[in-house]
Amino acid sequence: MLESKGRPNRLGLWGWLGGGRWGYERYLYTLHRLTGLGLLAYFLLHIIVTSSRAISPEAWKAAMDRVTGPLFTVGEYLVFAAFAFHAANGIRLVLIELGWAVGKPIEPVFPYRTSVDVQRPLAIGAMILAAIVMVLGGLDFFVLH
Amino acid sequence: MMRDAKLWTWHVLAGVVILVFLGLHMAIMHMDAILGIFNPAGGHPVDWGNVVERGKSVFFTVTYVILLGAALFHGLYGLRNILLELNPPDWLGKAIGIVLLLVGLGFFALGAWAAVAAHTLATSL
Repeated sequence: MLESKGRPNRLGLWGWLGGGRWGYERYLYTLHRLTGLGLLAYFLLHIIVTSSRAISPEAWKAAMDRVTGPLFTVGEYLVFAAFAFHAANGIRLVLIELGWAVGKPIEPVFPYRTSVDVQRPLAIGAMILAAIVMVLGGLDFFVLH
Repeated sequence: MMRDAKLWTWHVLAGVVILVFLGLHMAIMHMDAILGIFNPAGGHPVDWGNVVERGKSVFFTVTYVILLGAALFHGLYGLRNILLELNPPDWLGKAIGIVLLLVGLGFFALGAWAAVAAHTLATSL
């Protein structure tokens, strides 16, 4: 019996970044990974910083004073925007994973719609949702405060 | 079910939990001027008065711990998948899994302690 040895990831990280002839969803995949890594790095630091609330009001205030200022506001907004993208794209991925957004199987008689074409409106909808949350967050971060 | 298929299912389920509780967290902390929810002391959501009010709540304490566990698992399992895709040798792949598990357990212990200790501190004030 033939045994698959898998395909080595010859392109390494470039395989993520270079979408090549793949479609729009390929770039969503890359951005999903990048935002995920950014959110994870922030989250680990966030656990350490916010743990000071368990010590005393002074420790909490000192921790918050260290992460205050325009640079931190912009950084926090980028985290918020990364969350909005990652969450909206994550909803899309779960719907596809569950097979709810890939369309019914059809006979491939030319001209036919590929599964990617069927999924495209969902991808566009997810990005519109992310953009709305980002705009609302931007209002809160930079205008209303 | 194979082990990785089970872990992947947990990864997706953790994503749904994060969507709900991190969505709530973001709404409270970063859309306060628009929504104004769960900040009974007024002012900024990170003002000590608001931190104490949320800390008193069993709901917030429990959901912080659930969110903490779900987010650590989701994030570190995602990182593990990304690193394993780079085809490390078997021993390195196993080492990555063990290191990420220990990192996850360490951060979970710190975050869970902070949530419970903050609840205890807030209710004693």
